[in-house]
Amino acid sequence: MNTGHIVSTFSAAALAFAAGLAFNTTASAAGDQFAKAAHNYDTYCVQCHGINRNGRGINSTNMSVQPRDHSDAKGMADIPDNELFDVIKNGGLAANKSVLMPVWGNVFDEGEIKEMVAYLRYVCKCGSAK
Amino acid sequence: MMKLKSLTTISLSLMFAAPLAMAGNGADILKSQCISCHATVKPANLGMEHIWERKGPDLYYAGSKFNQPWLVKWLQSPTRIRPGGEFYTKHVKASGDKEDVIDASTLQDHVKLSKEDAEVAAEALMALTAPDGLLEKGAYKGEKVSPTMGAMFFNKLRGCAACHSAKPGTGGLSGAELYTAAERLQPDYVYSFIKNPQKIDPRVWMPALNLSEPDLQRLTGYILQLNATEGK
Repeated sequence: MNTGHIVSTFSAAALAFAAGLAFNTTASAAGDQFAKAAHNYDTYCVQCHGINRNGRGINSTNMSVQPRDHSDAKGMADIPDNELFDVIKNGGLAANKSVLMPVWGNVFDEGEIKEMVAYLRYVCKCGSAK
Repeated sequence: MMKLKSLTTISLSLMFAAPLAMAGNGADILKSQCISCHATVKPANLGMEHIWERKGPDLYYAGSKFNQPWLVKWLQSPTRIRPGGEFYTKHVKASGDKEDVIDASTLQDHVKLSKEDAEVAAEALMALTAPDGLLEKGAYKGEKVSPTMGAMFFNKLRGCAACHSAKPGTGGLSGAELYTAAERLQPDYVYSFIKNPQKIDPRVWMPALNLSEPDLQRLTGYILQLNATEGK
């Protein structure tokens, strides 16, 4: 599974690079399956969650509650998919989390949110809590 | 077409030995100085691709967004309004295990105009009023907001400070600084943008938060009361 990911990551990155389409290494490295979600992440989520998806975005410096580190397999594995979906759609308050996580349900449609949840699983290399 | 026109302008200037400092007309200044980075006509395809491609904020509704005196002043001595640039994700870089940083080498300074050019450009921009229905006119009631209460909503209860600064050196870096908002922006625009940024600038990186009417009044009022020295 991991090897497969690595191989597809490399070939996708190489293809994107060869085609001169590598507008962002992180997005292109995610491969075709997650290209749209990764592009959405780069557009909206990076401001707080960071280029490396580690919760260290430019806005995180002055925050009272630190953004979630999406690369943290253990922390992310504790959050079920439906909670990730709710928090993205309705904001942190909807799940008793920080208000600093805003409502994205007026930007993303439900399909995009589902893709984002799947992409977050790819980023954290972890499964969903039951 | 534009090239031909500017060539004509140049040759005419040479022929009549016009003084170099002479201000152009507003439309010419918009063409020569603004449209390479800003949309002064509503783009056919608004959305995420447009957000990534453009180099500066859209100006086709500038006349309903900005205050003219601020435009005249700012165009002569422009400062950066969004610390992360327009738009932020093109100007950030990772910094190991630490917070991402703004890569200042990728940020471009805004063009600077002479006083005469700034005045005519501002006048031309003010003529670019918003299409009907883009902004909610007169919805903001202009009631005074307690600065303490406003700051509590802005920082703690509604999370605006995650992306915006109400005072230099505080808050987030991906959104526009707001301690200059009152001088820069018209109240109807501030209210309408907070209520639904996606309606005005589709797929912009500020989400619509489903705020209640009292929240919209309070946040608009708070932001319009801010200034660089008193903001909290």
